Amino acid sequence: MVSNVYFNESVILLNMEAASKEEVLEKMGDNLLSQNLVKESFIPALIAREEEYATGLPTAGVAVAIPHTDVEHVQRKAISVGVLKEAVEFGVMGDDKETIPVRIVFLLAMDEAHSQLTLLQQLMGVFQTEETLMSILKEENKTNIRSLLEEKLDFGVLEGEN
Amino acid sequence: MAKKQVLVACGAGIATSTVVNGAIEEMVKENNLNVDLVQIKIAEVGGYVDTADLLVTTAMTQKDYPFPVINARTFLTGIGTEETKKEILQELKK
Repeated sequence: MVSNVYFNESVILLNMEAASKEEVLEKMGDNLLSQNLVKESFIPALIAREEEYATGLPTAGVAVAIPHTDVEHVQRKAISVGVLKEAVEFGVMGDDKETIPVRIVFLLAMDEAHSQLTLLQQLMGVFQTEETLMSILKEENKTNIRSLLEEKLDFGVLEGEN
Repeated sequence: MAKKQVLVACGAGIATSTVVNGAIEEMVKENNLNVDLVQIKIAEVGGYVDTADLLVTTAMTQKDYPFPVINARTFLTGIGTEETKKEILQELKK
């Protein structure tokens, strides 16, 4: 089974400016769309899903969000990282009222349900390590973020290399 | 002890429930429990109201179910995981 996940500098967005979570999702979704990693339906589906089931997580140090949606909107599985210049409020996962100021967004474009357990567990491991989150937040070089995450996450055989 | 059916649900049935499912699988093994784990989308819970013994979910749920519901967000943030595990074990050992 080919299980490689698309991840490189082209899906890492730094200093993102957005006024709302919808704008964050649109910007990150547009970037995936322009690389044909997702279908056009991905962005509206992503926004609708976030509205219904919020993905903000009150992680230590800095809050993250992990927006994602149904597999049929995805062309190629990918993880996109967005670092926001200023925090944007996301709903807290499992809570219908509370919001949380998010600075780092891990957009998950998954093409298969119930898969990628190891990768997802490793990703949650990153969320649970304040030091790693703070490094991502402060880093200004995309390649350094890529290396940092490649060290922590098993993306499978990496593509998108030159 | 009868086999318990545990539903693990998130919004899409893709990401967070996969992680929670993995964590519960480990717990089940460690504690030698007889559990039937079913990973679903939260919207599908209705189909299991007659058979399920417990719902563990990262998605919010407004509905009342005939079985206990445990919020599993702590498996993702790592903050308070042990308490959530205890809560789940208590239900499974009932």
